[in-house]
Amino acid sequence: MGKGKFAKEFAKGLILSNPVFVLALGLCPTLAISTSIDNALGMTLAVLIVLLGSNIIIAAIRKYVPNITRIPIFIVIIATLVTVVNLIFHAYLPDTYEALGIFLPLIVVNCIILGRAEAFASKHSVIHSIADALGITIGFMLALLMISFIRQVLGTGSLSVFGIDLFTLPILGEHPIAIFILPYGAFLVIGLLMGLFRRTGVMKGE
Amino acid sequence: MSELVAIFLGMVLINNFILVRFLGLCPFFGVSKQLGSAISMGIAVTFVMAIASLATWLIRNYILIPLDIEYMHIVIFILVIATLVQIIELFIKKTNLGLYFSFGIYLPLITTNCSVLGITLINATQDYSLSGSIVAALGGGLGFTLVLAMMSGIREKLELADTPKSMKGLPIAFIIAALLGLAFLGFGGIV
Repeated sequence: MGKGKFAKEFAKGLILSNPVFVLALGLCPTLAISTSIDNALGMTLAVLIVLLGSNIIIAAIRKYVPNITRIPIFIVIIATLVTVVNLIFHAYLPDTYEALGIFLPLIVVNCIILGRAEAFASKHSVIHSIADALGITIGFMLALLMISFIRQVLGTGSLSVFGIDLFTLPILGEHPIAIFILPYGAFLVIGLLMGLFRRTGVMKGE
Repeated sequence: MSELVAIFLGMVLINNFILVRFLGLCPFFGVSKQLGSAISMGIAVTFVMAIASLATWLIRNYILIPLDIEYMHIVIFILVIATLVQIIELFIKKTNLGLYFSFGIYLPLITTNCSVLGITLINATQDYSLSGSIVAALGGGLGFTLVLAMMSGIREKLELADTPKSMKGLPIAFIIAALLGLAFLGFGGIV
Protein backbone atom coordinates (compact mmCIF):
# COMPACT_ATOMS: atom_id res chain seq x y z
CA MET A 1 0.00 0.00 0.00
CA GLY A 2 2.54 2.56 -1.12
CA LYS A 3 2.07 6.21 -1.73
CA GLY A 4 1.76 5.62 -5.47
CA LYS A 5 -1.56 3.81 -5.09
CA PHE A 6 -2.97 6.62 -2.95
CA ALA A 7 -1.99 9.19 -5.56
CA LYS A 8 -3.43 7.02 -8.34
CA GLU A 9 -6.83 6.64 -6.66
CA PHE A 10 -6.82 10.37 -6.00
CA ALA A 11 -5.91 11.44 -9.56
CA LYS A 12 -8.38 9.10 -11.24
CA GLY A 13 -11.37 11.12 -10.04
CA LEU A 14 -10.08 14.39 -11.49
CA ILE A 15 -10.19 13.69 -15.22
CA LEU A 16 -10.33 10.04 -16.30
CA SER A 17 -13.43 9.26 -14.30
CA ASN A 18 -14.62 12.77 -13.59
CA PRO A 19 -18.00 12.18 -11.97
CA VAL A 20 -19.83 14.87 -13.92
CA PHE A 21 -18.32 15.07 -17.39
CA VAL A 22 -17.33 11.44 -17.93
CA LEU A 23 -19.61 9.35 -15.74
CA ALA A 24 -22.56 11.79 -15.97
CA LEU A 25 -23.38 11.18 -12.30
CA GLY A 26 -24.84 13.71 -9.91
CA LEU A 27 -26.27 15.80 -12.71
CA CYS A 28 -29.25 17.13 -10.78
CA PRO A 29 -27.30 19.13 -8.18
CA THR A 30 -24.61 20.09 -10.71
CA LEU A 31 -27.07 21.76 -13.02
CA ALA A 32 -29.38 23.14 -10.38
CA ILE A 33 -26.95 24.94 -8.10
CA SER A 34 -24.30 26.05 -10.60
CA THR A 35 -25.67 29.59 -10.83
CA SER A 36 -22.85 31.11 -8.77
CA ILE A 37 -19.39 30.24 -7.49
CA ASP A 38 -20.62 30.59 -3.89
CA ASN A 39 -23.24 27.88 -4.38
CA ALA A 40 -20.73 25.64 -6.14
CA LEU A 41 -18.31 25.87 -3.22
CA GLY A 42 -21.10 25.31 -0.68
CA MET A 43 -22.27 22.20 -2.53
CA THR A 44 -18.69 20.92 -2.78
CA LEU A 45 -18.22 21.30 0.97
CA ALA A 46 -21.43 19.39 1.66
CA VAL A 47 -20.50 16.60 -0.77
CA LEU A 48 -16.98 16.44 0.67
CA ILE A 49 -18.24 15.89 4.21
CA VAL A 50 -20.80 13.28 3.20
CA LEU A 51 -18.60 11.38 0.73
CA LEU A 52 -15.55 11.36 3.00
CA GLY A 53 -17.68 10.23 5.95
CA SER A 54 -19.55 7.54 4.05
CA ASN A 55 -16.43 6.20 2.33
CA ILE A 56 -14.55 5.97 5.65
CA ILE A 57 -17.42 4.34 7.56
CA ILE A 58 -18.32 1.92 4.78
CA ALA A 59 -14.70 0.92 4.16
CA ALA A 60 -14.25 0.38 7.89
CA ILE A 61 -17.29 -1.88 8.29
CA ARG A 62 -17.06 -3.58 4.89
CA LYS A 63 -16.09 -6.97 6.35
CA TYR A 64 -19.02 -7.07 8.78
CA VAL A 65 -21.80 -6.06 6.39
CA PRO A 66 -23.78 -9.00 4.98
CA ASN A 67 -23.88 -8.75 1.22
CA ILE A 68 -27.65 -8.98 0.96
CA THR A 69 -28.45 -6.01 3.21
CA ARG A 70 -25.58 -3.77 2.16
CA ILE A 71 -27.57 -1.24 0.10
CA PRO A 72 -30.08 -0.34 2.87
CA ILE A 73 -27.18 -0.07 5.34
CA PHE A 74 -25.26 2.25 3.00
CA ILE A 75 -28.35 4.40 2.47
CA VAL A 76 -28.96 4.78 6.21
CA ILE A 77 -25.32 5.76 6.79
CA ILE A 78 -25.46 8.31 3.96
CA ALA A 79 -28.84 9.68 5.08
CA THR A 80 -27.52 10.15 8.62
CA LEU A 81 -24.46 12.03 7.36
CA VAL A 82 -26.66 14.21 5.15
CA THR A 83 -28.88 15.02 8.14
CA VAL A 84 -25.76 16.08 10.07
CA VAL A 85 -24.56 18.27 7.18
CA ASN A 86 -28.06 19.73 6.81
CA LEU A 87 -28.13 20.74 10.48
CA ILE A 88 -24.56 22.13 10.39
CA PHE A 89 -25.31 24.24 7.31
CA HIS A 90 -28.59 25.46 8.82
CA ALA A 91 -26.75 26.59 11.94
CA TYR A 92 -23.50 28.01 10.57
CA LEU A 93 -24.04 28.78 6.85
CA PRO A 94 -27.68 29.94 6.69
CA ASP A 95 -27.22 31.77 3.34
CA THR A 96 -25.78 28.71 1.63
CA TYR A 97 -28.48 26.57 3.28
CA GLU A 98 -31.17 28.78 1.74
CA ALA A 99 -29.49 28.92 -1.67
CA LEU A 100 -29.01 25.15 -1.97
CA GLY A 101 -32.62 24.50 -0.90
CA ILE A 102 -33.78 20.92 -1.36
CA PHE A 103 -30.56 19.96 -3.12
CA LEU A 104 -28.82 19.75 0.25
CA PRO A 105 -31.05 16.92 1.55
CA LEU A 106 -31.11 15.45 -1.96
CA ILE A 107 -27.42 14.55 -1.58
CA VAL A 108 -28.85 11.32 -0.11
CA VAL A 109 -29.86 10.16 -3.58
CA ASN A 110 -26.88 11.68 -5.37
CA CYS A 111 -25.58 8.79 -7.46
CA ILE A 112 -21.96 9.85 -6.82
CA ILE A 113 -22.14 9.02 -3.11
CA LEU A 114 -23.92 5.65 -3.31
CA GLY A 115 -21.96 4.85 -6.47
CA ARG A 116 -18.61 5.28 -4.70
CA ALA A 117 -19.86 3.34 -1.67
CA GLU A 118 -20.92 0.42 -3.83
CA ALA A 119 -18.16 0.49 -6.45
CA PHE A 120 -15.19 1.45 -4.30
CA ALA A 121 -15.47 1.82 -0.51
CA SER A 122 -17.15 -1.57 -0.01
CA LYS A 123 -14.15 -3.30 -1.59
CA HIS A 124 -11.11 -1.22 -0.57
CA SER A 125 -9.25 -0.16 2.57
CA VAL A 126 -10.04 3.00 4.54
CA ILE A 127 -6.92 4.83 3.29
CA HIS A 128 -7.69 4.19 -0.37
CA SER A 129 -11.32 5.10 0.17
CA ILE A 130 -10.21 8.47 1.58
CA ALA A 131 -8.11 9.06 -1.55
CA ASP A 132 -11.03 8.05 -3.72
CA ALA A 133 -13.41 10.40 -1.87
CA LEU A 134 -11.00 13.34 -2.13
CA GLY A 135 -10.31 12.75 -5.84
CA ILE A 136 -13.96 12.39 -6.75
CA THR A 137 -14.93 15.46 -4.71
CA ILE A 138 -12.25 17.58 -6.37
CA GLY A 139 -13.32 16.33 -9.80
CA PHE A 140 -16.90 17.26 -8.87
CA MET A 141 -15.70 20.66 -7.65
CA LEU A 142 -13.75 21.34 -10.87
CA ALA A 143 -16.82 20.58 -12.97
CA LEU A 144 -19.08 22.68 -10.73
CA LEU A 145 -16.67 25.63 -10.70
CA MET A 146 -16.23 25.54 -14.46
CA ILE A 147 -19.98 25.51 -15.14
CA SER A 148 -20.85 28.09 -12.50
CA PHE A 149 -18.03 30.42 -13.58
CA ILE A 150 -19.35 30.50 -17.15
CA ARG A 151 -22.95 30.85 -16.02
CA GLN A 152 -22.26 33.58 -13.47
CA VAL A 153 -20.02 35.65 -15.76
CA LEU A 154 -22.29 35.46 -18.82
CA GLY A 155 -25.54 35.58 -16.87
CA THR A 156 -24.74 38.54 -14.62
CA GLY A 157 -21.87 40.17 -16.52
CA SER A 158 -19.71 40.25 -13.40
CA LEU A 159 -18.04 37.94 -10.93
CA SER A 160 -18.34 38.21 -7.17
CA VAL A 161 -17.32 35.56 -4.69
CA PHE A 162 -18.56 35.70 -1.08
CA GLY A 163 -19.65 39.33 -1.52
CA ILE A 164 -16.33 40.53 -2.98
CA ASP A 165 -16.66 41.93 -6.51
CA LEU A 166 -13.81 40.62 -8.63
CA PHE A 167 -14.60 42.18 -12.01
CA THR A 168 -17.39 43.49 -14.20
CA LEU A 169 -17.33 43.01 -17.94
CA PRO A 170 -17.76 46.20 -20.04
CA ILE A 171 -20.87 45.53 -22.16
CA LEU A 172 -22.19 42.37 -20.49
CA GLY A 173 -22.25 44.20 -17.14
CA GLU A 174 -25.10 46.35 -18.37
CA HIS A 175 -26.77 43.80 -20.62
CA PRO A 176 -26.19 40.35 -19.13
CA ILE A 177 -27.39 37.30 -21.05
CA ALA A 178 -29.97 36.29 -18.48
CA ILE A 179 -30.63 32.88 -20.03
CA PHE A 180 -27.39 31.56 -18.55
CA ILE A 181 -28.68 32.11 -15.02
CA LEU A 182 -32.00 30.48 -15.90
CA PRO A 183 -32.22 26.66 -15.79
CA TYR A 184 -31.94 26.31 -19.59
CA GLY A 185 -28.49 27.92 -19.56
CA ALA A 186 -27.24 25.04 -17.40
CA PHE A 187 -28.13 22.45 -20.04
CA LEU A 188 -26.56 24.58 -22.76
CA VAL A 189 -23.28 25.13 -20.89
CA ILE A 190 -22.77 21.51 -19.82
CA GLY A 191 -23.64 20.22 -23.32
CA LEU A 192 -21.18 22.55 -25.01
CA LEU A 193 -18.44 21.87 -22.43
CA MET A 194 -18.83 18.11 -22.86
CA GLY A 195 -18.67 18.48 -26.64
CA LEU A 196 -15.58 20.67 -26.33
CA PHE A 197 -13.81 18.15 -24.09
CA ARG A 198 -14.50 15.38 -26.56
CA ARG A 199 -13.45 17.51 -29.53
CA THR A 200 -10.12 18.38 -27.92
CA GLY A 201 -9.58 14.77 -26.89
CA VAL A 202 -9.45 15.44 -23.12
CA MET A 203 -12.29 12.96 -22.71
CA LYS A 204 -13.48 10.06 -24.78
CA GLY A 205 -16.72 10.21 -26.74
CA GLU A 206 -19.12 7.36 -27.38
CA MET B 1 -60.12 23.54 -5.73
CA SER B 2 -58.51 26.39 -7.68
CA GLU B 3 -55.49 26.04 -5.42
CA LEU B 4 -55.15 22.37 -6.44
CA VAL B 5 -55.42 23.28 -10.13
CA ALA B 6 -52.71 25.90 -9.64
CA ILE B 7 -50.42 23.37 -7.93
CA PHE B 8 -51.07 20.82 -10.68
CA LEU B 9 -50.44 23.14 -13.64
CA GLY B 10 -47.44 24.67 -11.91
CA MET B 11 -45.91 21.22 -11.43
CA VAL B 12 -46.59 19.97 -14.97
CA LEU B 13 -45.74 23.02 -17.07
CA ILE B 14 -44.14 25.90 -15.21
CA ASN B 15 -41.88 24.27 -12.66
CA ASN B 16 -41.37 21.16 -14.72
CA PHE B 17 -39.49 18.54 -12.73
CA ILE B 18 -36.83 17.91 -15.36
CA LEU B 19 -36.44 21.17 -17.21
CA VAL B 20 -36.76 23.68 -14.39
CA ARG B 21 -36.22 21.88 -11.08
CA PHE B 22 -33.54 19.50 -12.41
CA LEU B 23 -34.99 16.48 -10.62
CA GLY B 24 -34.73 13.03 -12.17
CA LEU B 25 -32.05 13.85 -14.71
CA CYS B 26 -30.30 10.47 -14.55
CA PRO B 27 -33.28 8.54 -15.97
CA PHE B 28 -33.96 11.47 -18.28
CA PHE B 29 -30.63 11.05 -20.06
CA GLY B 30 -30.32 7.32 -19.47
CA VAL B 31 -33.77 6.02 -20.40
CA SER B 32 -35.00 8.55 -22.92
CA LYS B 33 -33.70 6.68 -25.96
CA GLN B 34 -36.89 4.74 -26.73
CA LEU B 35 -40.46 5.93 -26.45
CA GLY B 36 -41.78 2.70 -24.92
CA SER B 37 -39.32 2.53 -22.04
CA ALA B 38 -39.62 6.27 -21.46
CA ILE B 39 -43.37 5.96 -20.90
CA SER B 40 -43.01 2.86 -18.66
CA MET B 41 -40.45 4.70 -16.57
CA GLY B 42 -42.63 7.81 -16.37
CA ILE B 43 -45.68 5.86 -15.19
CA ALA B 44 -43.66 3.91 -12.63
CA VAL B 45 -42.15 7.14 -11.24
CA THR B 46 -45.51 8.92 -11.08
CA PHE B 47 -47.06 5.98 -9.25
CA VAL B 48 -44.29 5.80 -6.66
CA MET B 49 -44.27 9.59 -6.25
CA ALA B 50 -48.00 9.65 -5.45
CA ILE B 51 -47.82 6.78 -2.94
CA ALA B 52 -44.64 8.15 -1.36
CA SER B 53 -46.28 11.58 -0.98
CA LEU B 54 -49.27 10.02 0.77
CA ALA B 55 -47.09 7.93 3.11
CA THR B 56 -44.62 10.69 3.98
CA TRP B 57 -47.42 13.22 4.54
CA LEU B 58 -49.08 10.90 7.07
CA ILE B 59 -45.78 10.13 8.78
CA ARG B 60 -44.71 13.76 8.90
CA ASN B 61 -48.00 15.11 10.22
CA TYR B 62 -48.91 12.31 12.63
CA ILE B 63 -45.50 11.12 13.84
CA LEU B 64 -42.64 13.53 13.16
CA ILE B 65 -44.34 16.83 14.02
CA PRO B 66 -46.16 15.65 17.21
CA LEU B 67 -42.95 14.05 18.50
CA ASP B 68 -40.94 17.15 17.49
CA ILE B 69 -38.36 15.12 15.57
CA GLU B 70 -38.84 16.76 12.19
CA TYR B 71 -35.06 17.01 11.71
CA MET B 72 -35.08 13.23 11.16
CA HIS B 73 -37.16 13.63 7.99
CA ILE B 74 -34.33 12.88 5.52
CA VAL B 75 -33.54 9.46 7.04
CA ILE B 76 -37.21 8.57 7.53
CA PHE B 77 -38.30 9.66 4.03
CA ILE B 78 -35.59 7.71 2.22
CA LEU B 79 -36.37 4.58 4.26
CA VAL B 80 -40.08 4.94 3.54
CA ILE B 81 -39.39 5.32 -0.18
CA ALA B 82 -37.02 2.34 -0.29
CA THR B 83 -39.54 0.17 1.56
CA LEU B 84 -42.44 1.33 -0.60
CA VAL B 85 -40.55 0.53 -3.79
CA GLN B 86 -39.86 -2.98 -2.48
CA ILE B 87 -43.51 -3.52 -1.51
CA ILE B 88 -44.80 -2.18 -4.83
CA GLU B 89 -42.35 -4.40 -6.69
CA LEU B 90 -43.51 -7.51 -4.79
CA PHE B 91 -47.17 -6.55 -5.20
CA ILE B 92 -46.89 -6.03 -8.96
CA LYS B 93 -44.90 -9.25 -9.32
CA LYS B 94 -47.68 -11.22 -7.58
CA THR B 95 -50.64 -9.55 -9.26
CA ASN B 96 -49.60 -8.51 -12.75
CA LEU B 97 -46.59 -10.28 -14.19
CA GLY B 98 -46.85 -8.51 -17.56
CA LEU B 99 -46.66 -5.10 -15.93
CA TYR B 100 -43.78 -6.33 -13.75
CA PHE B 101 -41.72 -7.25 -16.80
CA SER B 102 -42.57 -4.04 -18.63
CA PHE B 103 -41.26 -2.01 -15.63
CA GLY B 104 -38.22 -4.28 -15.50
CA ILE B 105 -35.14 -2.67 -14.03
CA TYR B 106 -36.79 0.75 -13.67
CA LEU B 107 -38.78 -0.05 -10.55
CA PRO B 108 -35.86 -0.80 -8.19
CA LEU B 109 -33.95 2.16 -9.66
CA ILE B 110 -36.69 4.55 -8.57
CA THR B 111 -35.41 4.50 -4.97
CA THR B 112 -32.44 6.60 -6.01
CA ASN B 113 -34.42 8.80 -8.39
CA CYS B 114 -34.21 12.29 -6.95
CA SER B 115 -37.70 13.19 -8.14
CA VAL B 116 -39.30 10.84 -5.58
CA LEU B 117 -37.35 12.12 -2.57
CA GLY B 118 -37.62 15.57 -4.17
CA ILE B 119 -41.42 15.63 -4.20
CA THR B 120 -41.63 14.51 -0.56
CA LEU B 121 -39.20 17.27 0.44
CA ILE B 122 -41.06 19.86 -1.63
CA ASN B 123 -44.35 18.82 0.01
CA ALA B 124 -42.71 19.18 3.42
CA THR B 125 -41.12 22.59 2.75
CA GLN B 126 -44.25 23.99 1.06
CA ASP B 127 -46.42 22.54 3.84
CA TYR B 128 -49.04 21.30 1.35
CA SER B 129 -52.26 19.70 2.61
CA LEU B 130 -52.81 15.96 2.03
CA SER B 131 -54.73 16.54 -1.20
CA GLY B 132 -52.23 19.21 -2.26
CA SER B 133 -49.33 16.79 -1.75
CA ILE B 134 -50.92 14.08 -3.86
CA VAL B 135 -51.92 16.52 -6.62
CA ALA B 136 -48.38 17.94 -6.60
CA ALA B 137 -46.97 14.41 -6.92
CA LEU B 138 -49.29 13.53 -9.80
CA GLY B 139 -48.51 16.82 -11.55
CA GLY B 140 -44.77 16.40 -11.05
CA GLY B 141 -44.92 12.84 -12.34
CA LEU B 142 -47.01 13.82 -15.36
CA GLY B 143 -44.60 16.62 -16.21
CA PHE B 144 -41.71 14.17 -15.86
CA THR B 145 -43.42 11.61 -18.15
CA LEU B 146 -44.34 14.28 -20.69
CA VAL B 147 -40.80 15.61 -21.07
CA LEU B 148 -39.31 12.09 -21.00
CA ALA B 149 -41.65 11.02 -23.84
CA MET B 150 -40.95 14.17 -25.87
CA MET B 151 -37.22 13.73 -25.43
CA SER B 152 -37.32 10.08 -26.49
CA GLY B 153 -39.21 10.99 -29.66
CA ILE B 154 -36.60 13.60 -30.51
CA ARG B 155 -33.72 11.26 -29.72
CA GLU B 156 -35.12 8.51 -31.96
CA LYS B 157 -35.01 10.97 -34.87
CA LEU B 158 -31.60 12.19 -33.75
CA GLU B 159 -30.08 8.75 -34.29
CA LEU B 160 -30.47 9.37 -38.03
CA ALA B 161 -29.28 12.97 -37.99
CA ASP B 162 -25.77 13.98 -38.98
CA THR B 163 -24.54 15.22 -35.60
CA PRO B 164 -20.87 16.30 -35.29
CA LYS B 165 -18.90 13.39 -33.86
CA SER B 166 -17.88 15.07 -30.61
CA MET B 167 -21.47 16.16 -29.91
CA LYS B 168 -23.01 12.71 -30.40
CA GLY B 169 -24.97 11.18 -27.53
CA LEU B 170 -25.03 13.07 -24.25
CA PRO B 171 -23.81 16.57 -25.33
CA ILE B 172 -26.46 17.01 -28.01
CA ALA B 173 -29.09 15.66 -25.60
CA PHE B 174 -28.20 18.48 -23.20
CA ILE B 175 -28.55 21.09 -25.94
CA ILE B 176 -31.95 19.68 -26.87
CA ALA B 177 -33.01 19.78 -23.23
CA ALA B 178 -32.06 23.48 -23.17
CA LEU B 179 -34.18 24.17 -26.26
CA LEU B 180 -37.11 22.17 -24.83
CA GLY B 181 -36.80 24.21 -21.64
CA LEU B 182 -36.92 27.45 -23.61
CA ALA B 183 -40.13 26.26 -25.24
CA PHE B 184 -41.60 25.52 -21.81
CA LEU B 185 -40.67 29.05 -20.74
CA GLY B 186 -43.67 30.15 -22.79
CA PHE B 187 -46.01 28.59 -20.18
CA GLY B 188 -44.61 31.08 -17.64
CA GLY B 189 -47.51 33.30 -16.68
CA ILE B 190 -50.51 30.97 -17.04
CA VAL B 191 -51.23 30.38 -13.35
